[in-house]
Amino acid sequence: MSILVDDDTRVVVQGITGGEGSFHTEQMMAYGTNVVAGAVPGKGGQEVQGVPVYDTVHDAVAEEDADASVVFVPPAFAGDAMFEALDTSLDLVVAITEGVPTQDMSKVYRRLSETDTHLIGPNCPGIITPGEAKLGILPGNIFSDGNVGLVSRSGTLTYQVVDSLTQRGIGQTTAVGIGGDPIIGTSFVDALELFEADTETKAVVMCGEIGGEDEEQAAQFIAREMDTPVAGFIAGRTAPPGKRMGHAGAIVSGSGTGTAESKIEALNDAGVPVGDTPEEVADHVEGFLS
Amino acid sequence: MRLHEYQAKEVFADAGIPVPDSQLASTVDEAVAAVEAIGFPAAIKAQVHVGGRGKAGGIKIASSVEEAREYADEILGMDLKGYHVDRVLVEAGVDFEDELYVGVTMDRGEGRPVAMVSEQGGVDIEAVAEEDPDAIAREHIDPAFGMHPFQARKAVYDAGIDRDIARQVSSILTTLYDLWADTDASDAEINPLMVTSEREVIAADAVLNVDDDALFRHPDLAEMEDEAAGDELEAKANEYGFDYVRLSGNVGIIGNGAGLVMTTLDLVDYYGGEPANFLDIGGGAKAERVTNALDMVFSDPNVDSVVFNIFGGITRGDEVAKGINEALEAFDEIPKPVVVRLAGTNAEEGMEILNTELVQVEGTLEDAVQRAVENAQEVSQ
Repeated sequence: MSILVDDDTRVVVQGITGGEGSFHTEQMMAYGTNVVAGAVPGKGGQEVQGVPVYDTVHDAVAEEDADASVVFVPPAFAGDAMFEALDTSLDLVVAITEGVPTQDMSKVYRRLSETDTHLIGPNCPGIITPGEAKLGILPGNIFSDGNVGLVSRSGTLTYQVVDSLTQRGIGQTTAVGIGGDPIIGTSFVDALELFEADTETKAVVMCGEIGGEDEEQAAQFIAREMDTPVAGFIAGRTAPPGKRMGHAGAIVSGSGTGTAESKIEALNDAGVPVGDTPEEVADHVEGFLS
Repeated sequence: MRLHEYQAKEVFADAGIPVPDSQLASTVDEAVAAVEAIGFPAAIKAQVHVGGRGKAGGIKIASSVEEAREYADEILGMDLKGYHVDRVLVEAGVDFEDELYVGVTMDRGEGRPVAMVSEQGGVDIEAVAEEDPDAIAREHIDPAFGMHPFQARKAVYDAGIDRDIARQVSSILTTLYDLWADTDASDAEINPLMVTSEREVIAADAVLNVDDDALFRHPDLAEMEDEAAGDELEAKANEYGFDYVRLSGNVGIIGNGAGLVMTTLDLVDYYGGEPANFLDIGGGAKAERVTNALDMVFSDPNVDSVVFNIFGGITRGDEVAKGINEALEAFDEIPKPVVVRLAGTNAEEGMEILNTELVQVEGTLEDAVQRAVENAQEVSQ
């Protein structure tokens, strides 16, 4: 089992004719992902990696029966691309694009509330169900299938933790990188809710970071709603207040909210052990499964 | 991107928000001339990206030409919390009865903008928010519609603003929201919004921070960026296009991806070292970018050792290794010991071409960080 994607998922790639879109379409297909169409305005009728391209997402969905999209559209047009995806019947939209203006995302987020679509990202590595499908840019070779779910705000940190798990023989149901921007479609709580409902997922790893209060909200949700054990990691313990550490969302305000300490404390209070190192996170997961 | 007060005031004034008469000056003579033109009293205000300028001595009120000369001389050239003051704004002093606060920002938890009004202006508004949250009226805005006039009125009435100025304040708040939306701002604030003895409302300060990711839509605002306003190394990082933050320790850290770089910092601290910087080379970096990253870190005199931590996804290990080789082969002697850890996409290819005579290699993140911390301890002894 898995959450959100599996080998039946039929994917349309928005921005498939661009460098990133084309390269990662090839990578996704090599992994086994069922990419059925591309969508690029003005490029309808072409083919990329043997995949038919349509002018609109509507056409791609209608002609190829797609149920998910991956957005590799440059930041200036990514907001519009997400609106276009949300105007169709897609179940899932994964936005990889980094640097989407926050006010654009605020409007997309508002629109999202009127739909039943799941939006992951933007500024995220995507989602992978090992052995079945990956939507995004994650390196498929470090993942293995198994029964641990993973949700993370950071791409490379996801790889680091997954690598530790895989090397110990611990596989994953689904790993989802939700992105590090201030406004994102799928939150920790949304992902945890899906993992809790998935019967195959026996433990969950949640990788958070400084900034915002998503981890604190997740801690409350875990305490209230979850039976599946969760192990945590929080990046940015040494970050100085007021500085933006790469991710737009990774900024500690001067007033003490959104700090690593407040997040770790909230998670500990919810019974979630938080590792000091990625290896310690894997130790906790090993403990849950034994 | 943060605008200076004088720049923000220009933008606010263009939008129709009342601001005091003012002139920018970069010499004492210019400042004195400005004061003579504007009249007394006049505020002389340092134009640097620092909060709490008044308390730090960066704002003085002059009541005579002599005082203006003295204060301008004092403030121009001063070091304000690490920032060099090379310009002052000379501004007509406002004879005020009350100080209010109005602001618009993005509430990230809600995913939508929020407008704020308080009658406790002129002070540290974050402290007010923490100690007496009810003293700030908040109104969330639907970004699809923008701020309705009734919402501005509601916020003003909720904040307990005097009825005789309520109309003026709500009009300023509506204008401020529109300006916030039009400029892709992250924050737009007026603190204090002064109320004169004639019951006129005027913006005595102005804050406007614009979303860096949206600057492509605002070339006029992008032009206002003051590169010299930051740390010298941070300005260099800006030129190279890196996410970089200078810190106080001696272990230089380079990695890909914000979360992994932050984790590397945390591990340096965990193993008893002190991070000198945060440097994210970003996704898909080519050899040249890697070379620039090493140049950045070597330019920091505080750095005693370097750890290079790459987990390739979109970034390729062979490209990274090529960049490290190119950077280090240019030296007769490596300035500081470098530890490299490569994993993920093309890491094996990278390890094959990496010049291991110039760098130390570790297989895991933990080992690499511990080695770099030990190197730093040895060098600094």
